[in-house]
Amino acid sequence: MNWISNVVPPKIRSILKRESPDNLWVKCPESGELVFHKDLEANLWVVPGSGYHMRMPAEARLKALFDGGHYETLATPEVPLDPLKFRDVKRYTDRLKEYRARTGVADAVRLTAGKLDGMNVVVALQDFDFLGGSLGMAAGEAIISGMMAAKERKTPFIIFTASGGARMQEGMFSLMQMPRTTVAVQRLRAAKLPYIVVLTNPTTGGVTASYAMLGDIHIAEPGAVIGFAGARVIEQTIREKLPDGFQRAEYLVEHGMVDMVVARRDMRDTLARIVALLTNQSARSQAA
Amino acid sequence: MRSYLDFEKPVAELEAKVEELRAVSARGGAVSIGEELTKLEAKAAKALADLYKDLTPWQKTLVARHPQRPRFLDFVQGLVTDFTPLAGDRKFGEDQAIVGGLGRFRGAPVCVIGQEKGTDTKSRLAHNFGMARPEGYRKAVRLMDLADRFDMPVLCLVDTAGAFPGVDAEERGQAEAIARSTDASLALGVANVAVVLGEGGSGGAVAIASCNRVLMLEHAIYTVASPEASASILWRDSGRAQDAATSMKITAPDLRKFGIIDSIVPEPVGGAHRDPQAAIDAVGAAIASAFESLAGMSRDQLRAARADKFLAMGRKVL
Repeated sequence: MNWISNVVPPKIRSILKRESPDNLWVKCPESGELVFHKDLEANLWVVPGSGYHMRMPAEARLKALFDGGHYETLATPEVPLDPLKFRDVKRYTDRLKEYRARTGVADAVRLTAGKLDGMNVVVALQDFDFLGGSLGMAAGEAIISGMMAAKERKTPFIIFTASGGARMQEGMFSLMQMPRTTVAVQRLRAAKLPYIVVLTNPTTGGVTASYAMLGDIHIAEPGAVIGFAGARVIEQTIREKLPDGFQRAEYLVEHGMVDMVVARRDMRDTLARIVALLTNQSARSQAA
Repeated sequence: MRSYLDFEKPVAELEAKVEELRAVSARGGAVSIGEELTKLEAKAAKALADLYKDLTPWQKTLVARHPQRPRFLDFVQGLVTDFTPLAGDRKFGEDQAIVGGLGRFRGAPVCVIGQEKGTDTKSRLAHNFGMARPEGYRKAVRLMDLADRFDMPVLCLVDTAGAFPGVDAEERGQAEAIARSTDASLALGVANVAVVLGEGGSGGAVAIASCNRVLMLEHAIYTVASPEASASILWRDSGRAQDAATSMKITAPDLRKFGIIDSIVPEPVGGAHRDPQAAIDAVGAAIASAFESLAGMSRDQLRAARADKFLAMGRKVL
């Protein structure tokens, strides 16, 4: 706030605000370092100095992943909305509308297909910006449908997870997505198709305790929080401070739950190499 | 000593009066006392029946957690002969929060797995209040694999507030252990039946409840998160647990209606803790008919039917 905001009429003020430096500079949550918006974008939302991996917008991630940034968006199945007629401080249907308007997508999981170094893949992406990436009927159904699409197309299936866990507003329908997605993982497995999980910050709760921990290969982004129980719940249970780096990607590698931590700039190449190895293709030659 | 829940107070008062009169009449009181006693007993019985006919979801939560509610081991003792508990996950340790083993149900070999909450301070600590660590779920997987190889149906008795939230559990991969246990349940080529006895708490429950048939005792609850946890997530106020219990639809009738469970096992009037033997018998009969309904199916049919059942869930909601 400065003197301008007091004298300039509201309409003009909002224009001024868009131009204001607040939105152009992003602060690193770890080091406090200020990064110019465009620099951050150019660096795949990784803070150049600290290496902190910020949340990456869904579309940017998909563009960075597929060859030439081109991909096909697959339809996600429609599901019954609001089975519990739920309301907390707000009606669940209103909340859904709000998030749909804000994100332009129907729910937390996007389904895409395209080429990765010339190899066909189906990719699901869980978007934390949609109600915390929570796993409800729509997200569960999208994941199942993505795995079945991979099976039909005989391609590997890659999922980028990000979720606080269950979609509370759907109650037990949400919990049932754990066995439901597991059935789909089993079908992918039976078809001998690679299933690669990329765990991004954060992946917790019922998501981790189902499809996110059932991959053939588990890759995590640096610093990502990955776990079952939330840190606050654990602290309340044991009444102790949690160890440094607890439930971080590196901690999970150390404890044998994740194969590797891969920086965002190396993600595409790593995924391509693994897909090529598991499917006995040669990535580079086909890409040419 | 019977312990009463707060909402049972009117019944408690009536039953206390009944006890008083009984004591008087035992001392050889007047004939008229006998008559009054009969009347009062009937009144108390009716009050109890009326109260339990329409329990709220929160009241059911309290009944499901009642300290005198029959536990896993009571059901095993009442329903399974030759029970032979097996210990250890063969990887790290033995977790008594999940008890499992082999035995016979109505004469036929069966593999039994379930959470035991314990009955007194010592046993509650030994069983960690029924909250399993990864070792518990890995033991469950090991026993399921054993059952699968020896063509033995699997019976899972669920009673847990949830998987244990602790540093050690996270360190050893609680999420992966739960995921693998769900995976193993769904992959079984033998029939499996789950009964939610008291609390079916979240992922810690679903890990052993992904079965061909899922039954619930009448006053049991099955939740995505406990009412307290749900309230603190949704309203940022764990004090609104009663609201959460109501709006999250956690009772057997609601879940039956949604097609999330297959059937409800009626409890004796006043809840399973009033007459544990009757509850155990009812559960036994329900398990027997659940397994009968799956008899004659091939391994592939059992797997496919189970998968299809879960996949169909929620695709059509009433």
